[in-house]
Amino acid sequence: MYPEYMRPSLEKVTQSRNKRFELEKSGKPVFPPMSAEERENVLRKFHPDYKPDARRKIRIGPNKGEELTTEVANMLESHARIKPGIFDLTKPDYETDILIIGGGGAGCAAAIIAMQKGAKSIISTKLRLGDANSMMSQGGMQAAVTEQDSPTLHYLDAIGGGHFDNKPELVHALTEDGPEVVKWLEDLGVVWDKLEDGSLQVLHGGGTSRKRMHSCRDYTGAIIMRTLMDEVRNHPDKITILEFMPVVELIMDQKAQCAGGVLYNLETEEYFTVKARATIIATGGYGRLHIRGFDTTNHYGATGDGLVIAYRAGAKLLFMDSVQYHPTGSVFPEQIAGFLITEKIRGAGGQPLNKHGELFVFPREPRDVESSAFIRECLDRKNGIATPSGRLGVWLDSPLIEMLQGEGYINKQFPAMHRQFIRYGIDITKEPMLVYPSLHYQNGGIEINEKCETNVPGLYVAGEASGGVHGRNRLMGNSVLDYNVFGRRAGKYATEYVKSAKLGVLSLDHITDYEAELKKAKIQTGLITPVLLPSYTPEDVRKRQLTAHYEGTLR
Amino acid sequence: MATQTTAKKKPVKQTEAKAAKKDTQKEMVTVFIMGKAHEVPADATIMGAIEYAGYQIKRGAGCREGFCGACATVYRMPGDYKIYTGLACTTIVEDGMWLSQLPAIPSQKPVYDINKLDPNVATFQRLYPEVFRCVSCNTCTKACPQDLEVMDYINAAMRGDIEAVMDLSFDCLSCGLCAIRCPAEIVQYNVGLLARRLYGKYLAKESKQLKKRIQEVKEHKFDKEFNELMKMKKEELKKKYYERDTE
Repeated sequence: MYPEYMRPSLEKVTQSRNKRFELEKSGKPVFPPMSAEERENVLRKFHPDYKPDARRKIRIGPNKGEELTTEVANMLESHARIKPGIFDLTKPDYETDILIIGGGGAGCAAAIIAMQKGAKSIISTKLRLGDANSMMSQGGMQAAVTEQDSPTLHYLDAIGGGHFDNKPELVHALTEDGPEVVKWLEDLGVVWDKLEDGSLQVLHGGGTSRKRMHSCRDYTGAIIMRTLMDEVRNHPDKITILEFMPVVELIMDQKAQCAGGVLYNLETEEYFTVKARATIIATGGYGRLHIRGFDTTNHYGATGDGLVIAYRAGAKLLFMDSVQYHPTGSVFPEQIAGFLITEKIRGAGGQPLNKHGELFVFPREPRDVESSAFIRECLDRKNGIATPSGRLGVWLDSPLIEMLQGEGYINKQFPAMHRQFIRYGIDITKEPMLVYPSLHYQNGGIEINEKCETNVPGLYVAGEASGGVHGRNRLMGNSVLDYNVFGRRAGKYATEYVKSAKLGVLSLDHITDYEAELKKAKIQTGLITPVLLPSYTPEDVRKRQLTAHYEGTLR
Repeated sequence: MATQTTAKKKPVKQTEAKAAKKDTQKEMVTVFIMGKAHEVPADATIMGAIEYAGYQIKRGAGCREGFCGACATVYRMPGDYKIYTGLACTTIVEDGMWLSQLPAIPSQKPVYDINKLDPNVATFQRLYPEVFRCVSCNTCTKACPQDLEVMDYINAAMRGDIEAVMDLSFDCLSCGLCAIRCPAEIVQYNVGLLARRLYGKYLAKESKQLKKRIQEVKEHKFDKEFNELMKMKKEELKKKYYERDTE
């Protein structure tokens, strides 16, 4: 329930609703969309990426001298968990065709395609299979299916949303494969939202010029992810799943080809080696690094592990200076601060409003622009609503959706959102939600081409861990599509590669070299990576954990 | 059944009252994490309380937003014989709560080839024969943290009504609390998953538009336009982007 002091502002939202309903019905934009200059201006002044200390130069590695997000640069300039000398790489504990690091959407899609094309794989995953941001996507997946749409319009939307920095061949792959992915998933048993005649239900997302958001109510990721996981589990002879066993370093060979990885059993604290002729990094993003102190929509294991292990092995990163903040993270109640409120809410007609109940931005600008406008409204124009704990937010008017789409629409299309709020006595069919940008997505990542290849032979990357597809800003619904398109492609091209790949003598020399580089650059740090899990232990408890530095390597 | 459904958890109002007190100052409660007493903030979720107490969770946390089902938790309240169930990430602690997370739930998942299944009751009889042991006790429904009508979808599976199973189990998180409470030893969440896959693959009406679009892509209908776009200079692309019309 909202505290009493918010009532006057909530009243204003109710009062302006009829007028805004008429505006929406008119078919014209409810607020003028921003021009190129206006977008540029609001981003420069209010997007967190543009704060003076948001980026810094990285001093070592393949991107040396480049400005990266500060927290990312800190993570990369760190020590390895392992000492290379203690591993006997002539006797690997596991051998396989393809090592897939990460058991989310991209990893599972890659394993399924590789299996169908005749390659065996091991999926190494830090938590359980499917514990990934893929599971949490709510609103949908873009794909240009309707008569009035085309893959090239999708291309234009995606590249404009990314500020024209995206790698063209990747956007081409993304948008051209879209319709095929919808079909592939349906053939695996994904239940898409459909109309009576079987045609796919489509909605708008931020920055889309056509309605092309395909959904499974607001459990889109959960439905897709569980389908992929079930399919993976139906092939135990071809796909081995190792849960709670993250890869903590890649293994190379003396020809500088990627040759597998070192596994760490989180529970028994043992290390194992995997020899593989190709390796696919599908480790997802980094929301749990809490960049600039932001709350995050991301799952527990999203700590950017793939970035650092690939970087030590010499893989180049792209667009790692850009962070995506989802405009509508929840800010009230406190217990769900940072939680994702799907963009599908705005796709269905939900509007962001300030404390006076007024529209202040077109509801569906690309995410970075929309987020910056929210921050401007709260911090600069002082039109935000303060929560009891001092957070600021703007209203996201959901009751309007019921007026536009008919009563019962929210319960049918947004069961997860309804459930999330009714627990706290807020009925989103009757009252708006309070929102503020939340750390959501790693726009950049390890640079790939349309075959998911990196500059390191034998190393492939797919999904959020990769860089180039989305430029410096991803549109809604393009990440679900991304992990499917590029997960499939990674599985395909890695399988083709392993047919002729020959490995030399295995080596972990790149770890030793990286340590030397740290030393040469005079970098002093106590940080050991990959991070693996964030810590939410209170400070006073940490102080009493006197032996944490050697008791349990997680701490 | 309606009364049983509402009786399955502590009334929501109590947690609301607790959450509201945050407005004034930090109030603490005592919870027993696997039997050990800890003082934690009264407005904390169970997951927040476990971490506040100093535990580094390995098993028992996933998405932390109610989508993944990693944090199934059982608890009892003082002087109350009932076993309550919830997700640690979305359930608020209460004073005196005695709780334990379930790190994993053993479950049956037969291996099958989805391409060779028939969307009918015989498939359930073959893959999940235990479904037919259901005694309609409704314990699964009472245990569901999503408030799904679990027993109803198991009954629908017994009738071979795949659409109903799909619809009723759609929001299932596979947390496993139904399965661990079921006296007939059914793994309800896997039954739901099978039904959804059967529905999506065999029973959902085909989209003609989708079929046509895939054919168009195959016939290289968009190649020329793609080539032009991919070669365009940034300024040209920018102009085209800002001039595009919106549906």
